[in-house]
Amino acid sequence: MDYGYSLYLTGPEVFLSVSGLVLTLIAAWGGRNAGRLCTILAVAALFGASAITASQILGDTSVQGAEAFGGLYRMDAFGGLAKLLIYLASIGCLIVTPRFFAKGSEYRPEYPLLMVFGSVGMGMMVSAVDLMTLYIGLELSSLSSYVLASFMRSDDRSAEAGLKYFVLGALASGILLYGMSLVYGFSGSTSYGSIRAAFDGTLGTGALFGVIFVLAGLAFKISAVPFHMWTPDVYEGAPTPVTTFFATAPKVAAIAMTARIALDAFGNQVPAWQQIVIFAALASIVIGALGAIGQSNVKRLLAYSSINNVGFILIGLAAATTAGVSAMLVYLAIYVAMSLGSFVAVLMMRDANGDQVESIANMAGLSRSNPLLALCLAAMMLSLAGIPPLFGFWGKFVVFQAAVQADLVVLAAIGIAASVIGAFYYLKIVKIMYFDEPANVVVGKSEFSHWAVLGLCALVVSPLGYLLTIPLGMAANRAAQALFFTV
Amino acid sequence: MIQTFAFYLFAILVIASGTLTILARNPVHSVLWLIVSFFNAAGLMVLVGAEFIAMLLVIVYVGAVAVLFLFVVMMLNIDFAELRAGFMKNFPLGIAIALVLLAELILGIGAYRAGALKLGTPDGTAAPMVGQSNIENIGALLYSEYLFLFETAGLILLVAMLGAIVLTHRERATAHRGHQNISKQVRRRPEDATVNTSPEVGKGVSL
Repeated sequence: MDYGYSLYLTGPEVFLSVSGLVLTLIAAWGGRNAGRLCTILAVAALFGASAITASQILGDTSVQGAEAFGGLYRMDAFGGLAKLLIYLASIGCLIVTPRFFAKGSEYRPEYPLLMVFGSVGMGMMVSAVDLMTLYIGLELSSLSSYVLASFMRSDDRSAEAGLKYFVLGALASGILLYGMSLVYGFSGSTSYGSIRAAFDGTLGTGALFGVIFVLAGLAFKISAVPFHMWTPDVYEGAPTPVTTFFATAPKVAAIAMTARIALDAFGNQVPAWQQIVIFAALASIVIGALGAIGQSNVKRLLAYSSINNVGFILIGLAAATTAGVSAMLVYLAIYVAMSLGSFVAVLMMRDANGDQVESIANMAGLSRSNPLLALCLAAMMLSLAGIPPLFGFWGKFVVFQAAVQADLVVLAAIGIAASVIGAFYYLKIVKIMYFDEPANVVVGKSEFSHWAVLGLCALVVSPLGYLLTIPLGMAANRAAQALFFTV
Repeated sequence: MIQTFAFYLFAILVIASGTLTILARNPVHSVLWLIVSFFNAAGLMVLVGAEFIAMLLVIVYVGAVAVLFLFVVMMLNIDFAELRAGFMKNFPLGIAIALVLLAELILGIGAYRAGALKLGTPDGTAAPMVGQSNIENIGALLYSEYLFLFETAGLILLVAMLGAIVLTHRERATAHRGHQNISKQVRRRPEDATVNTSPEVGKGVSL
């Protein structure tokens, strides 16, 4: 085994780990005051890792891919694209964080540290081609997430969110590990390639059990129905910047990881998992849409919206074709922009005391008190609903196109019908902002950094985003080819 | 001969102490019986030549986990009447879980008999190396083939440590009051601490 080459292939993770360790030292000696410095350095480290990843993707071999450390880790265009999304989303979340904690002075340098280590874990998840790498990456990112969820420890809801996430996350890890042990037992290996070779022909009962348990554990991590119960509570209780993070980066990582394990390790057993994914997709779309209708807290509403979106993303996976994976990645990229934008807009809504406004009723008349913010938020909502001139429509379009091409017409039809239900509550927010009597609650000013992130997301989501269709489509196609290259 | 004797000794003690773990009325005794059964299981592991697992059992399970259990049980102050209160209510659920576990057990044994478990490959590439102890083999694998995962597991522990500190450490305003200041204690001279007075008879001193 060539360690130098392996280290080159795992470059983003190695770079981020070393930066994380250096930041730990800075945090240890700098104390509380190092918070801002650590945030800036962490953003720089994530930019560095993105640059390394980008250079790896643009390399000629990124479609064939290359395996590091004797087949534990695979550098290819699929993992690279997912990692770019993860790092960029983490950067966006980090930039908007310090202002949130400025009031309560609870911001400590450990926050950016945990984000950096979490990103290492997520990078490993999407590049894993071995069950052990997958699990270790998953635990690294989950552990950071648990701590981040309860970061505001003086706040009861934050502590509750952290505990809930931890207990249910541990349960999901247990289910996943149980499935993995069955898969390992019946295939004799933890490497995806060997599992695919072993799971050829009819699948035995035990092996099928393993596949189902693995998928159930992963469904929890991507908060797909029926394993979504934790999402609204955790999203509502966690500090808003952390919720922003949960709705973007870890979701990309978990979905990319699920796609790789389903199409690579279980690539010979598509019928075995396809119906599970189809069920999860439909149930997520319907329950995500119906659950959001009655919500009065905007964070809870966005949590249901993310469950709903996961359903659409899973339709791409259910197609189990190159086009499906490519569509899934395109949707994922657009979803990250929409989700990041909506949560940043929520972060920017402050009342006269500088406290966060989370109640939907208090957003009434936002179009008069802060027209630009209302416009951006309205663009996000309409895009999430999939209204044509906005970029969110393109994501839904490619996903349904892939499903129809893969002969899943019924799935696509039900998905389109259910997205109409979803449009209701997105439009309701737009209506409250523009047409209701002003509540005049949201009056606080926002920092430039928030406007920068929100503006960027709004640009991507706006009709100008269609300029991205060609480069994004090409990158997603390369990534999908890389995923299917080994199959 | 000696192996057979040792095997039966350890096996009987494992089963006996395992049974007593369940049957003991006092939870502290339960944990102590659990420790006994861990020790005997370690003995069994030594007999089959898995000395590394034997050491893990003693160091990790007896040394850390079981002692932790013991502390928890001692601190809990369990009320037995309360513990038994919900028995009949939860009885159907308990039976259901037991049936699921039974089904899993039968499934597992059936699968094992069907020969589905392939440990090591037929060409012997994953078979244990001859002439080296388990510990040497595990060490060689951990630091070569699984180096990447081993180091990342270290990162997980670091994150766990960071998390524990973030969630529990607080700087109290009164932190200095209860702390010992050694240099101040060493600097203290007899002149500072004692004073000679010669009070009159029948009168006290004011200190």
